[in-house]
Amino acid sequence: MKTNPTTHHARRLVLAAVAAGVACVAATPHAEAQTGRRRRGADQEAKAVELTPEQVAQLTKVANARKLNAEDLVAAAKTYTPSGRHDEYVLFSSGGQSGQVFAIGVPSMRLLRSISVFTPESWQGYGFSGDADPVQESLKIMGRPVLWGDTHHPALSETKGDYDGQFLFIGDKANARLGVIDLRDWETKQIVKNPLTISDHGAAFVTPDTDYVIEGGQYATVLGYGYAPPEEYKKLYRGMVTLWKFDRAKGRIDESQSFALELPPYWQDLADAGKVASDGFFFINSFNSEMATGGVEHGNPPFEAGASKRDMDYLHIIDWRKAEAAFKAGKAEKINGFPVLMLPTLVEGGVLHFAPEPKSPHGVDVTPDGKYMVVAGKLDPHVTVYSIDRIKRAIADKKYSGSDDYGVPVLDFDAVKEAQVELGLGPLHTQFDDKGYAYTSLFLDSAVARWSLGGETGAKAPEGPWKLVHKTPVQYNIGHLCAAEGDTVSPDGNHLISMSKWSVDRFLPTGPLLPQNFQLLDIGESGTTMPVVYDLPIGVGEPHYCQMIKADKLGSWKVYPEIGWNPHHQRLDPSAPKKGDEGVTRNGNKVLVKMTAVRSHFVPEHVELNEGDEVTWRITAMETAQDATHGFCIGAYNINLSLEPGEFTEFRFVADRPGTYPFYCTEFCSALHLEMMGYMHVKPRSGASKPASE
Amino acid sequence: MSGFIGALIGPRVPPEERSRRPLRYLTPTLIFMLARVVLLVSIFVPYWHMELVAPQYPDGLFLTAYCNHLTGDVREIDGLNHYIGMRPLGEAAAFERAASVWMIIAMFLLVEGAAFVHSKWAVLLAIPAITFPLGFILDLYYWMRSFGLNLDPDAPLSSSVKPFVPTVIGEGGIGQFRTYAAFGAGYWLACLAAGLIIVGFFFHRRAYRPLTLRARAEAKG
Repeated sequence: MKTNPTTHHARRLVLAAVAAGVACVAATPHAEAQTGRRRRGADQEAKAVELTPEQVAQLTKVANARKLNAEDLVAAAKTYTPSGRHDEYVLFSSGGQSGQVFAIGVPSMRLLRSISVFTPESWQGYGFSGDADPVQESLKIMGRPVLWGDTHHPALSETKGDYDGQFLFIGDKANARLGVIDLRDWETKQIVKNPLTISDHGAAFVTPDTDYVIEGGQYATVLGYGYAPPEEYKKLYRGMVTLWKFDRAKGRIDESQSFALELPPYWQDLADAGKVASDGFFFINSFNSEMATGGVEHGNPPFEAGASKRDMDYLHIIDWRKAEAAFKAGKAEKINGFPVLMLPTLVEGGVLHFAPEPKSPHGVDVTPDGKYMVVAGKLDPHVTVYSIDRIKRAIADKKYSGSDDYGVPVLDFDAVKEAQVELGLGPLHTQFDDKGYAYTSLFLDSAVARWSLGGETGAKAPEGPWKLVHKTPVQYNIGHLCAAEGDTVSPDGNHLISMSKWSVDRFLPTGPLLPQNFQLLDIGESGTTMPVVYDLPIGVGEPHYCQMIKADKLGSWKVYPEIGWNPHHQRLDPSAPKKGDEGVTRNGNKVLVKMTAVRSHFVPEHVELNEGDEVTWRITAMETAQDATHGFCIGAYNINLSLEPGEFTEFRFVADRPGTYPFYCTEFCSALHLEMMGYMHVKPRSGASKPASE
Repeated sequence: MSGFIGALIGPRVPPEERSRRPLRYLTPTLIFMLARVVLLVSIFVPYWHMELVAPQYPDGLFLTAYCNHLTGDVREIDGLNHYIGMRPLGEAAAFERAASVWMIIAMFLLVEGAAFVHSKWAVLLAIPAITFPLGFILDLYYWMRSFGLNLDPDAPLSSSVKPFVPTVIGEGGIGQFRTYAAFGAGYWLACLAAGLIIVGFFFHRRAYRPLTLRARAEAKG
């Protein structure tokens, strides 16, 4: 058939039109407008730097003017983070007596924010929402508010022994409490008080899938807050460890599924959960196996001497799966209403074994492969390394060197010991990297020791197994240390933090109370290179432990998912006031205030109350823009809230003080921030306001 | 077929003529069909979008207009607009947005009709679809102008931001914001549909004009 030129032409045209249409749809900016938001100026393209002679001259000039040497310039380049560039890691640090948690970017060492846990803090509106404030209620112990904590050991939630970035747990040593922080909104969701003990130390540590959060005790008491004189120490005082069941779906510790283990009245210290090869076990150090009761005022040796007399204390080896089975089989007794597996049950069930450890050690840390437990000597210049294979074999073969006063079998030291490495004075804690090294803090030497592990993991280190490689001095009196993901199954190396307790001369004098010193060490190279590259003063409490997580593992919300979000329940709250729904309703002396907050006004702006009214006040932050946070305060009523975008808050109080109270937004939210205010009018009972003399 | 209706819908193609030159008569129908599909697809693609950039919004704010709804940072932009007394964007072109899908379906059917009308009057049926892109831009301009010029005189920033006509296409500015507005793919699809219809009429005329002339000649003769 002869092709008609016209139709031929038409066919081509149709094809061209289809192609154009497809191209048009493909090129649509729709996708970008909806999802691919550009970050302006934040992620500048990293270009290879080539310094011109002029730039070298400029750099030299600056260095000389500021008295910096070449190493200082390299250290600065390793840590300096330009505006808008984000850190690679986030350090979650205990805040010590501040009762908070600090989040710090690494390697820039910039403080990102604090998270209030045990101490009310006004910026976050934590504990300043009127009468029966839920935070203040959660902080009550035996009916009395205890509004501070001594936060010690943060524990990031783990999946298969690796940080998953979902939750953070933190222990309060002073009051034996645990805080649960949700890392979507970085807020404390739960405070749990241990019903057995007043204070603790070994919290928090998680099992590899965060089935349990471990809280080890410390100073023995009569469990359940009981009384007994020191003469009855051995008979009635007890140590303990509590396994708090974590319900990941609810984001809460499930107290009803939690239980404790009664332990001898040795002072249990730090704990670590086994993983991989040692999964199913956890380990706790102890000191004062002497069971010294002090009394220096009666001429007895003080605790510091009495508790350090023996050459050996006990590493507690606990098979938590067996403990869990015993608990589920109903073998626990109740103390102060809380289930406790008593010592005979533990011994009988093979839950608890001891291994001798050089006296008064501090940290016990499990290697990434789970094969070795590293116990730091504190009063002994060695780290003592135990192997899980040897421990399991010794338990199976009942290789005991005896048992303690409470019948707990003590494994033969030589049977379970893998190695001892002499590092220096005052070894406290150990972390790991990806190159076969371990890092141990040396308190008395004020140094970080790098040493090689044995086994397959240690084979990566060129120096051979169990050898001290290098010591870097730190300033001063290092306590904990923290390598990037350095207590997980896959440490990253690169960065290490020395949590130096004393700063002495490192910073400008700040009166007699000095900040602590967080020092960043670059551990990226093998061998003897391990310089300190940054000092960060911490002037808000004395932190203990910290953990460093790769920043991209955190799924932080930018704003709350929906307007009217209740952060406590992590869901939309049906009682959150909506736009157009605001107002004040009264039922007798019960008043309900429904308020919205949006830049730059509250609705309503006048709230009329009568003296003695019982007020329930609800506010919804109507904002959806990142960082468009409002505050809300009522002066003299001790109320300040942080209203983050989308957040719903409810608070209650009795309007018992008549007068005219301005309320205002306490975050500088907008150009008309100062105008974002209103009045709460509390009308006196007697009617119109009268001069005081009448 | 009788006089008026016959003149209106034009001559029918005799079967032998159609089988002799099938493509000649198929081409306009196919092009119209393509135009209709393209127009229909445009419903699902943005017609217009605007990006607003200010120092405190490093990611920018986006406004995306489909023929029947607005998406993007509408809430945030409304929140900012309240400072200058601009009405909420949801109040703009409410009728147009409600009616647009029905209008496009009507255009779809009319253009389908145009393929069956073989006289010059077919053009009439296609005029809505051909002028639709122009109508969209005029309507957009009308609403932008209306919103920009009718600011609430009691708004917080009424003294510093005077009534203005926002930039409908290209770069503009208001306060600390730079605005970048452009047509979206949906608009260009609507334009493509209009273009295809015009091209279709070229082949429509080529196919049916000779038949009309022949019919006329036969009537005379």
